[in-house]
Amino acid sequence: MANTTETHGEAAAAAEGAAQPADAGHATTATTEAGHGAEAHGAFPPFDLTTFPSQLLWLTIAFGLLYMLMSRVALPRVGKIIDDRNNRISGDLAEANRLKGESEAASAAYEQALAEARRNAAAIGQKARDEAKADADAERARAEAEVSAKVVQSEKAIAASKAKAMADVGGIAVDAAEGIVKSLVGGAVSKADIEKAVKAALTR
Amino acid sequence: MAAAEDRVDPIHQFHINDLFDLGTFGGMKFAFTNSALFMFVAVGLVFALLYFGSSSRSMVPGRLQSVAEELYSFIRNLVHQTLGEEGMAFFPFIFSLFAFVLFTNFLGLIPYFFTVTSQLVITGALAVFIILMVVVVGFAKNGVGFLSLFVPHGVPGALLPFISLIEIISFLARPVSLSLRLFGNMLAGHIVLKVFAGFIVGLAGLGIGGWIGAIGPLLMTVAITALEFLVAALQAFVFAVLTCVYLKDALHPHH
Amino acid sequence: MEAEAAKLIGAGIACIGMGGAGIGVGTIFGNFLAGALRNPSAAQGQFTNALIGAALAEGLGIFSLVVALLLIFVV
Repeated sequence: MANTTETHGEAAAAAEGAAQPADAGHATTATTEAGHGAEAHGAFPPFDLTTFPSQLLWLTIAFGLLYMLMSRVALPRVGKIIDDRNNRISGDLAEANRLKGESEAASAAYEQALAEARRNAAAIGQKARDEAKADADAERARAEAEVSAKVVQSEKAIAASKAKAMADVGGIAVDAAEGIVKSLVGGAVSKADIEKAVKAALTR
Repeated sequence: MAAAEDRVDPIHQFHINDLFDLGTFGGMKFAFTNSALFMFVAVGLVFALLYFGSSSRSMVPGRLQSVAEELYSFIRNLVHQTLGEEGMAFFPFIFSLFAFVLFTNFLGLIPYFFTVTSQLVITGALAVFIILMVVVVGFAKNGVGFLSLFVPHGVPGALLPFISLIEIISFLARPVSLSLRLFGNMLAGHIVLKVFAGFIVGLAGLGIGGWIGAIGPLLMTVAITALEFLVAALQAFVFAVLTCVYLKDALHPHH
Repeated sequence: MEAEAAKLIGAGIACIGMGGAGIGVGTIFGNFLAGALRNPSAAQGQFTNALIGAALAEGLGIFSLVVALLLIFVV
């Protein structure tokens, strides 16, 4: 290094400038500028105080511009897209949930209607069965009554014909006995006696 | 300077050149420099990405829109996780900070492009602004209660002055470490890249044997370039995260 | 000894500090990985903290680099 004292001062200023570039830069630039003009290439560029004011100026402008553009224009645009998408997705999800609820309600209603129909069908079937059974029972009862009436009638007829037959048998037997007696004995036997005898034989 | 004229000077890339002079005001020289040019390039790129990325407004994002939305949600989640709902007012600031640092870092990795964040005055100004904002927001939100940041809980009374002193020093060291970290990472990365690239040039000048030997530094340069991309993104992220952490102290000094 | 040589030696000594940063960053990520392998489900939420810790540790190493650069280029 050519002039040690001056570069020493610059180092201290640079270290100070690192902590407080805004203030330190201003004060020391004027003093170091003269020494730097000659060996501008030699200084370590990041510690070169002569460049600090313009860098700070442009940093302020550039970063301020970036902040303005970001906060006013760019970020709301991107944020709006993302929010729109999130809203759309949550809206679609809500719609899907609503439709799902509707379809579930419809399904429940269908199930209910089905159960109702099943119950009705069972009731109708039961009723038809009951009616048929009642009809059949009535028919059977009627048929049975008819049959039993016929049986009674027949029994009566049988009994009548039996009685008549019995009576006829008695008469025939008396006639036969009278004939037999007449031809065997040849005498006259009273009809009353014969009847008495036949009756006795028949009842025996 | 140690670097001889025929070798590649690793420091040359950090030189600030005046593109056009604006004159001297109050003893200070103002000029539109290459540093300023790349600041505006970065600002323009960030704005273009977000503006054209959001111009189609489609429900299913395209490529550009995905990048813009990813960037947006990434920082939004970061701010929301660290600062909570009340911290969302700082979201545009944190986003601008992250995008600015990220894009200037990435721009610096393109050959012949200037790295804005390798200038201590830039990172220093950002860090000092952040810390001043922390102090202002802290006093605005909590009043004198902000000072409880320097008084940790459960410290015995005799130790309290020392602990408070250490806390104050650590608070004041924050802008220094915040700015030096970004500055140092960018500076060191670019110097290392340039040194390895210089080896290639130096070896290639030795003839055919040197050409073969130059393959080693070439591969190294490629690998370091990849590492520098990681570092560029990581440092931008760390810068944004630490800003959030410091702002959290301003919003909730009792922790 | 020449002043120039002393500056370069000092810069070299200052850069030893970066080794400490390397140890620190390695410890952080090594422990993070060890913890992540034991409980992978909790690892995602702590990755940011690991990065912050690594950045803080690395920053101290960067300080020594800055000291070295100051010695070479400024003093």
